[in-house]
Amino acid sequence: MPNIKELEDLTTQVRRDILRMVHKVNSGHPGGSLGCAEFFVSLYQELMERKDGFDMDGIGEDLFFLSNGHISPVFYSVLARSGYFPVEELNTFRLIDSRLQGHPTTHEGLPGIRIASGSLGQGMSVAIGAAQAKKLNKDDHLIYSLHGDGELQEGQNWEAIMYASAKKVDNLISTVDLNQQQIDGSTDDVLPMGSIRAKFEAFGWTVLDIEKGNDIEAILKGMKEAKSLTGKGKPVCVLLHTVMGNGVDFMMHTHAWHGKAPNDEQLATGLEQNAETLGDY
Amino acid sequence: MKTYTYTEKKDTRSGFGAGLAELGRTNPNVVALCADLIGSLKMNEFIDENPERFFQVGIAEANMMGIAAGLTIGGKIPFTGTFANFSTGRVYDQIRQSIAYSGKNVKICASHAGLTLGEDGATHQILEDIGLMKMLPGMVVINPCDYNQTKAATIAIAEHDGPVYLRFGRPSVPKFTPADQKFEIGKAIKFTEGTDVTIVATGHLVWEALEASKTLNEAGISAEVINIHTIKPLDDKAILDSVAKTGCVVTAEEHNYLGGLGESVARVLALHQPTPQEFVATNDTFGESGTPTQLMDKYGLNSEAIIKAVKKVLKRK
Repeated sequence: MPNIKELEDLTTQVRRDILRMVHKVNSGHPGGSLGCAEFFVSLYQELMERKDGFDMDGIGEDLFFLSNGHISPVFYSVLARSGYFPVEELNTFRLIDSRLQGHPTTHEGLPGIRIASGSLGQGMSVAIGAAQAKKLNKDDHLIYSLHGDGELQEGQNWEAIMYASAKKVDNLISTVDLNQQQIDGSTDDVLPMGSIRAKFEAFGWTVLDIEKGNDIEAILKGMKEAKSLTGKGKPVCVLLHTVMGNGVDFMMHTHAWHGKAPNDEQLATGLEQNAETLGDY
Repeated sequence: MKTYTYTEKKDTRSGFGAGLAELGRTNPNVVALCADLIGSLKMNEFIDENPERFFQVGIAEANMMGIAAGLTIGGKIPFTGTFANFSTGRVYDQIRQSIAYSGKNVKICASHAGLTLGEDGATHQILEDIGLMKMLPGMVVINPCDYNQTKAATIAIAEHDGPVYLRFGRPSVPKFTPADQKFEIGKAIKFTEGTDVTIVATGHLVWEALEASKTLNEAGISAEVINIHTIKPLDDKAILDSVAKTGCVVTAEEHNYLGGLGESVARVLALHQPTPQEFVATNDTFGESGTPTQLMDKYGLNSEAIIKAVKKVLKRK
């Protein structure tokens, strides 16, 4: 049984990282990043079987693909704090000559990143390819991926969703960050998508919900259930119900902080609400 | 003057199919994907022999490009197959982000490039694909001239670590290069020596250039014919060495003059040795329905057009 308190402390520190990274360069995407902090911490600290070090092929370990690349701050923070690169490097986020590009890329050789993402809707196809490569390699480790709910408006997802079940890609757990917000407003205002669960089910996926998507115990329980459903002929979709901007009260439940940086005062408030645990970079 | 002959015409896409089949036997990491055009891409032999290494994605080219990128993560060497239009323009963003920018070892194999889809018309033809692909940083762009060279190129690109765009046509064209040729990415091949004009051609227009050079020779004009099978990286030296001798150049390709081989050659010349140049290419237009031969005639993509361009460029020397 993992020490939940330790994971929560790490999550708090990750929130501080996100706020400070975005504040420093006055650009980036704090809202979705904060909403997924518990998920990333759970994934990298507890759920994924990982090897030491980093190689692109990742044979013999679980792999993760971030499709909604704009939440790079949470990805970078958790990768750094999971040992992929020095935590101090978070200080270079979005700056010239940095490996921490605004959206993640393999181009700069940052350990932990296996595909560029930013232009939306491409990550599930890539995750499926990686999952099929694992099968060809007789490597029984899993592929995890994360997608925004608004991102599902991109049609390529549905090509991929159709394919994954048809081809029995059952070593794949695709998680949808269901925060119901996108840049221009709520997903219901911008383009209502109806029941995402019904759509995935109609396309032949096994679907489960994690209602408390910002609760580490709930995430671990749900994701372990998802893992138990792999290898049964169907891809698995997890609908992770999160709150955008979670952990910083004025950023919560709104699309306003999708891609906006806090000013000095707002940063101070956000940091006050998330007291330092493991030490800032 | 060295002359070239052929005993049969054969489609370049069958050269791709044969090369892929050979890779299936020799390289266990090679996998293939197709978007519902197995027969058109001549992939059957590979599929029959390696069913577990083939992925039929259906009519979903964007997904195919993403899956191909993902398959490289795990050490596979994916070859994607569909028409050139759907291999490039339709999926430009997927190729840009998931393959080129991510540096993935995907071979984008495109059939029916240029006008060669003939009667299907402009929706299924593409005259912009070389430009689209060569503009992507890190992308190698190859357009072989006949069956044998397409087969050799297919085999060679599996050894190159990085994204490649391999372009070939639909109709049968003269098969005139040796079956055992060595294919070197980025290394131009000089077919004839000449002193008056350099003809730089790619794809099936290489044969038309050789035909043109024969006629020109009879008229006392000595043409040097160079096969640029690799448009990117371009063999700058081969072009510069030749124009240093001849002092003028004609480029020939089944592609828009904008963004194609001709523009790449013009850049090299502008930088190092400004030289009169004429373009045999389409003139910023879409194609239309017709037989391939009719289209080549109408859009000026044959030996007659090359001869005309040579006569024009000679006056500008």
